[in-house]
Parts: sequence; C-alpha cells; structure tokens
Amino acid sequence: MPVFAALADPTRLGLLRRLSADGPLSITRLSAGTGVTRQAITRHLQALGAAGLVRDLRRGRERVFDLDLKRLEVAKRYLDHISAQWDAAVDRLRAFVENT
Amino acid sequence: MTVNAQQSQSPTGTDRIEKHMVLRAPRARVWRALTIAEQFGAWFRVKLEGEFAAGETIRGRLVIPGYEHVTLEMLVERIEPEHYFSYRWHPYAVDPKADYSAEPTTLVEFRLEEQAGGTALTIIESGFDRIPLSRRAEAFRMNDQGWASQSEKLARYVEAQ
Repeated sequence: MPVFAALADPTRLGLLRRLSADGPLSITRLSAGTGVTRQAITRHLQALGAAGLVRDLRRGRERVFDLDLKRLEVAKRYLDHISAQWDAAVDRLRAFVENT
Repeated sequence: MTVNAQQSQSPTGTDRIEKHMVLRAPRARVWRALTIAEQFGAWFRVKLEGEFAAGETIRGRLVIPGYEHVTLEMLVERIEPEHYFSYRWHPYAVDPKADYSAEPTTLVEFRLEEQAGGTALTIIESGFDRIPLSRRAEAFRMNDQGWASQSEKLARYVEAQ
C-alpha cells in the first residue's frame, strides 16, 4: 500500500498519532477506548506495516507496535535534496533569461 | 522575487515539488529557454542531442562538475507553445552502474503565464512516492545526522497531521 493511501484513513492516522506519543504499544492498548475492534485495529496496523510506517516488535511474550520512522524520513530528505537542485537550476534559468 | 517551495499535496508531502517564480523576461523568451534543447542545456547544464518533440526521447550528458558521467533521458509528453511543456525522466539517476529503465519516472511540468513585468513560471515535479525507497535513500548519505533527532522531527510532523 502506498504511504498516501495508508494515511488517508482517520483510524490509521489516529493510530500513528498514538504510537508517536506513547509507542511502542500492544494491540490491546491501541484498541482500548477507541470503539474499534481488535480485529479492525489489527488490519489497520497491517496496512500501516505494508506501507512501511509501522513495525512490530516482540517485548517479552507480547507483540508491540511502533512507528517505523525511517521510511518517511528517507522520503522527506530525498525530496529536500531534489528540491535544492531545482532551486539551483531556477537561479541559473533566471540569470539566463533575464540577462540575455 | 522569491522562489516559493511547496512540498504538499500528498498526505505525506513527499510526492511532489513545486516551484513558483516570476522572471523578468517576456514569455516568448522564457519559452525558448525551456524548449529549445540548446538553451535548456545552457541553464540546466546538460549537453542534449537533438530537439524536444512530443512523444520523443531526447538524451544528453550532464555538464555539472561531479556529474559528467550521468546521461539524462527525457521523454517529452506535451508541448503547448508558450503555455505548457512536460516530460518524464528518472530523477537523480546518477549511478552509472544502475539500470533505471524499468523503474517509475517522475513528471516534470512547466507552466507559463504572462504577468506585469515578466513571466510567471511554475515548475512541478511529481510522482516521487512511486520511486523505490532504496533509490531515494541513495541520494544522500544517511550517516551525517543521527536518526534520533530526525525521528523527533518526524514524530512532531505526524502529530501535526
């Protein structure tokens, strides 16, 4: 699942917020008080995992989930890098059309 | 005249780059700088062979120091004189040993509008979210900043959504 589709759902965005503040967390804790079933939470976590946004770990006998920050960070830094190259190209284009 | 960068649109803000600018030059002048291969090459710093034509691929070598080994391939999509020019390419395809041909491309679009005192130009490059993450990771070195501080920034970003 692409990152943007994974983030398009309010429940999944809520899960990311929760993990961002309190993670890693178990499915039991992630579903508590949400009104969403454990099964549904599990499916959403699988979708977030497939998009590379969340990973699961074992903590003792428990399975817990946490944000996988590396993917988003790579994507953002890559874009910053390409964006800086466009800025340099734009400066050269400006000089080219304004001075000739 | 400032250049404004927008990196929004997709929920993660990682799919596209947008640049808006006003150039103090007539639209016809800007159009030629974008669509005559030799002129494009002069400011983009690439030695292109041939001319831009819709549906055609044009190739050339970069003349940017450190990137002279890179061959650029641009597949021209649309040419609407003095209004719109677009092509597809493989962004940051700088590894001479890599075969990028089977990988997704990004779309680069130039839009021109006449404006008092010059030409308003918008450049949009989109489709980055389809580029394999491993490719994107190659574009910079990962070890210059700790993951910890990066992770904190990202956590704040996710919270702000």
